[in-house]
Amino acid sequence: MSTVFIPGVLRANVGGVKSLELEGDSIRGVVEALVAKHPSLGSQLLTEDGDLNRFVNVYVNGQDVRYLAGLDTAVAPADEVRLLPAMAGG
Amino acid sequence: MPKSYADLVREARAQIKEVTPQEVDALPAGSTTIVDVREASEWEQGHLPGARHVSKSYIEGQIEGAVPDRDAPVILYCAGGVRSLFAAQTLSEMGYTNVASMSGGFQAWKGAGLEFETPVVLSAEQKLRYSRHLLIPEVGAAGQARLLGSKALLIGAGGLGSPASLYLAAAGVGTIGIVDFDVVDISNLQRQILHTTDRVGERKTESARRSINALNPDIKVVAHEEMLVAANVERIIAGYDVILDGTDTFETRYILNDAAVAAGIPVVHASVFRFEGQLTTFIPYEGPCYRCLYPTPPPPELAPGCSVAGVLGVVPGILGLLQANEALKILLGIGQTLAGRLVLFDALETEFTELKLRRDPNCPICSDAAVEARAAGRPLAVANVGADAPFLLTTTGLAGKVSPEARA
Repeated sequence: MSTVFIPGVLRANVGGVKSLELEGDSIRGVVEALVAKHPSLGSQLLTEDGDLNRFVNVYVNGQDVRYLAGLDTAVAPADEVRLLPAMAGG
Repeated sequence: MPKSYADLVREARAQIKEVTPQEVDALPAGSTTIVDVREASEWEQGHLPGARHVSKSYIEGQIEGAVPDRDAPVILYCAGGVRSLFAAQTLSEMGYTNVASMSGGFQAWKGAGLEFETPVVLSAEQKLRYSRHLLIPEVGAAGQARLLGSKALLIGAGGLGSPASLYLAAAGVGTIGIVDFDVVDISNLQRQILHTTDRVGERKTESARRSINALNPDIKVVAHEEMLVAANVERIIAGYDVILDGTDTFETRYILNDAAVAAGIPVVHASVFRFEGQLTTFIPYEGPCYRCLYPTPPPPELAPGCSVAGVLGVVPGILGLLQANEALKILLGIGQTLAGRLVLFDALETEFTELKLRRDPNCPICSDAAVEARAAGRPLAVANVGADAPFLLTTTGLAGKVSPEARA
């Protein structure tokens, strides 16, 4: 199980929790598990083709998966996955 | 047996190695720490280039800060070459192994026609006002003079810009530019501490000027009472040393990013949402830029502004102060900035999380290819931020039906 941290703006989609424990040995697997559990997140995180939306950054242990292997980045148990959309407020 | 002054000088001369001004001048730059041990009033009249100032009155207490390595070569000088001999004896007693005194002191240096520097002198009032900065070796009189000669631009005099501008003004950043076309609204006052209840309806730039100058009349406030757009961004940011991005729309953040990278000006970025904030520093070509971090803006339901989603007032307060901290380090040239690091702040957990950021080798703004394309007059295409209908809001999600103005 890896821990997925949900940003404030998406917490309404996951019942208000700050983080979830999810199965999956890659980012793709973890995101699929997340969307299976909370389908309303699907259109926010993924494109119609099933890729990550470019406005959502995903980090594994503080590293951006775009510079690792994208959705194929391996995730080990106890890894921390963080979803991060841009914020506008000032 | 009592000793006379002449006895003491003779003893010191026998013990301490002396070097001539010409020998000091011939040393490779940076090879030896040169310490001026005269009083501050003498230092202000001029000193050796690159010298440190540690007055003889404070030398026991301050030398370890100025020269931590006891085996490093150190040359002391004073006005005539005697006080530096006594100061060198003190350093020898403290275990410094490679200390010399410059014979003839600063008078001999000037007499030989060698170059010297005259530091910027703060007024008596400034010495009092900034005394807590002057006590810090990393700032000191030279750093304070640098701040007074610096120019910082704040995009937005709102939740982030309020604390940032007040603290930069207090710190003595000589010129503070403020871009804001809005007027003070009573709903701003829950967090925008630059403004006051009796100024509701007043222009924010004017309200900001009054608050800043009430705190520090030394500061020149430049009001840019216009919306930052592609057509004016280059003109507005020109000449500033650092920019603090405290806007509340993606359009402005992308427009600012693209122009600041092209102009080579660092941008300290912060954004807030309810209990959360994000903070980083974009230093052109040294670290990533905003488009490397977020290549495209999110749809509006994923990124509502404060007027839609709300924000705990202290969150922009905390983030705005961290922006001011980054700006001061950039202006002073000290410490490590957040270039390449994104800090997330969660007020509910009181938790800071740091993420590593990278430059996107294919960034349409800051990659080598983008720089070449700009130089050739054919800038690369960027993701459209929709200037005509920016983020037309949908009826779903958090944002609901809100006009672009109401997102501020």
